[in-house]
Amino acid sequence: MSDETAVKDKKVRAAVEPTIAKSETRKIEVRHEEPSTEKKTTKVKVDDACAFFGTKQALFSVNMEIAEKEVTAIIGPSGCGKSTLIRCFNRMHETVPTAKFTGDILLDQKSIFAPTMDPVVVRRRIGMVFQKPTPFPTLSIYENVIVGLTLNGVRDKKVLDEKVEWSLRKAALWDEVKDNLQKPGAALSGGQQQRLCIARALAVELEVLLMDEPCSALDPISTSKVEELIHELRQNYTIIIVTHNMQQAARVSQKTAFMLNGKLVEYDATEKVFTNPSNKLTEDYITGRFG
Amino acid sequence: MNPSLDATKDTQIEKPLPFFSQMSQAGFGDKVFQKLTAFFAFLILFLACMTAFTLWHASADSIHKMGWKFLTTSDWDPVQGVFGAIPYVYGTLMSSLLALLIAAPFGIGISLFLTELAPQKLREPVAFLVETLAAIPSVVYGLWGIFLLAPFMREHIDPLLIKYIGGPFFKGPSTGLSLFTAGVILSIMILPTITAISREVFESVPNSYRESAKALGATNWETIQLAVMKPSKVGLLGAIMLALGRALGETMAVTMVIGNRPEVSANLLGASHSMASVIANEFSEAVGDIHVSALAEIGLLLMVITLLLNIAAHLLVWFTTSKFQR
Ligand SMILES: Nc1ncnc2c1ncn2[C@@H]1O[C@H](COP(=O)(O)OP(=O)(O)OP(=O)(O)O)[C@@H](O)[C@H]1O
Ligand SMILES: [Mg+2]
Repeated sequence: MSDETAVKDKKVRAAVEPTIAKSETRKIEVRHEEPSTEKKTTKVKVDDACAFFGTKQALFSVNMEIAEKEVTAIIGPSGCGKSTLIRCFNRMHETVPTAKFTGDILLDQKSIFAPTMDPVVVRRRIGMVFQKPTPFPTLSIYENVIVGLTLNGVRDKKVLDEKVEWSLRKAALWDEVKDNLQKPGAALSGGQQQRLCIARALAVELEVLLMDEPCSALDPISTSKVEELIHELRQNYTIIIVTHNMQQAARVSQKTAFMLNGKLVEYDATEKVFTNPSNKLTEDYITGRFG
Repeated sequence: MNPSLDATKDTQIEKPLPFFSQMSQAGFGDKVFQKLTAFFAFLILFLACMTAFTLWHASADSIHKMGWKFLTTSDWDPVQGVFGAIPYVYGTLMSSLLALLIAAPFGIGISLFLTELAPQKLREPVAFLVETLAAIPSVVYGLWGIFLLAPFMREHIDPLLIKYIGGPFFKGPSTGLSLFTAGVILSIMILPTITAISREVFESVPNSYRESAKALGATNWETIQLAVMKPSKVGLLGAIMLALGRALGETMAVTMVIGNRPEVSANLLGASHSMASVIANEFSEAVGDIHVSALAEIGLLLMVITLLLNIAAHLLVWFTTSKFQR
């Protein structure tokens, strides 16, 4: 992205923020993107995914293809299965005792449920950031960042030092914490903690980053920092973000998926979903008629 | 503006008095309650001080006659009138330490299993079973120790220890009545305490830590280490200290299996004695006032040791956590 468009983006964001709730017909501004010329490769493919909690079905045959190095936003009313869906992507869904899953999810054309795929390995390639920042309370900032690496058995001090700086820079937190790396992670502000959690996820050799409402516990300034970060990270990672904030979805994503009652209702380019949705339900939702 | 809102505003301005008088009535109740609780809190402190004072008063003779020798010698001869407490202190500390070494890993392991690994259906029943162990009277443990544990140790466990570990710590011949047997029986007695408290500690760890550890690609065991054990350190120390308190003061069961010989020896398979046991055994047939007085001093010493260990534990907690409270 050129500097010019970046500046324009900021202006658009600043302009959108204060005017959200008031206007009757909520007009959502979408960052206009040049349609990319090259065909993107599919990073994650969801094939007929159904998820259950006990006997309750939470996902109904969801199919979607997520392209590499794009930001995909998942929107939809509370309880529609957004978290359930992205928790299937890194096999966190199966950690719930009663949970079941049918269908398939392919990462680089290989099933993550294949017998040779260890969930531990899947989760190292597909990282996750939660709604509430969760730095480990007894660990320092430094230790929090490298915790995934130490799990992998990396002990080399020099490698770790470099990785800490690299990840914290990537997460746009380095300048704020570089003099206090030994302080407890829990002593940071909420927004800083969330960026610490992003840094922690980035420190391992990550390919896909899942974010489940990463900004819903944050103030507007921290939120815009995280959003800028998502723009940056898009260069190298495939990002899937769940959000309740449609302005945010419009600002950060290239593709948007709208879910309702466990079903994928619409999945298309963000610009299209927000300006000219093909499904009536989507239109009702984004214009604020329900949800 | 909403008229009803205005009305409430008016009444508030016009009649502030009832509001305040109600407050002061509530304040009166609060004050009584505060005084009452303060009184009870004070009462406990007072009772503890009284106990210490009574023990000190009762042990005046012995303190006067033996002085520091009470703490530095190991001859205990009521007939000669010499009293040295070392063997008893040693027996108490060693048997409690052994009990902790056995019970802490087991208890923490059991509660980890119950909170993190066991199937949901198994958790409550097993926890209930373990915690019922706490309800068994200690004299029953003692009987079980004499009839079952001691012979079992003598015939099966002790020979193995002598053969494979040996050294100064496990020397035969073993009678089954030993410091080691006392440690084992104590460990069973404190197991429910450690299990119950550490289970609560683990359950209070927010699930989000486990989730984020798993999402980073931690295995089950790594998740337990990183997200459950690490944040629980202080709580676990508390569980161990409470259990230690119980082990130090335990009397009946220990008396019945420890052999009751006041000896200081590295051999864990030898007979030993304990502070609580010597008081229970000798008090009713004490020879002369000075003997009674010496037993009271043992009681005082036991109280002081328990107190010191608790203070040490608090300091330990303070040092380990202060790193994160700056
Ligand atoms: N652990 C669980 N056990 C049983 N049912 C669950 C569990 N987690 C979620 N569900 C159910 O699955 C459905 C989808 O939940 P999910 O958390 O995916 O919704 P969501 O779209 O993320 O909602 P929100 O926007 O509120 O986070 C809901 O009906 C919910 O009740
Ligand atoms: Mg959710």
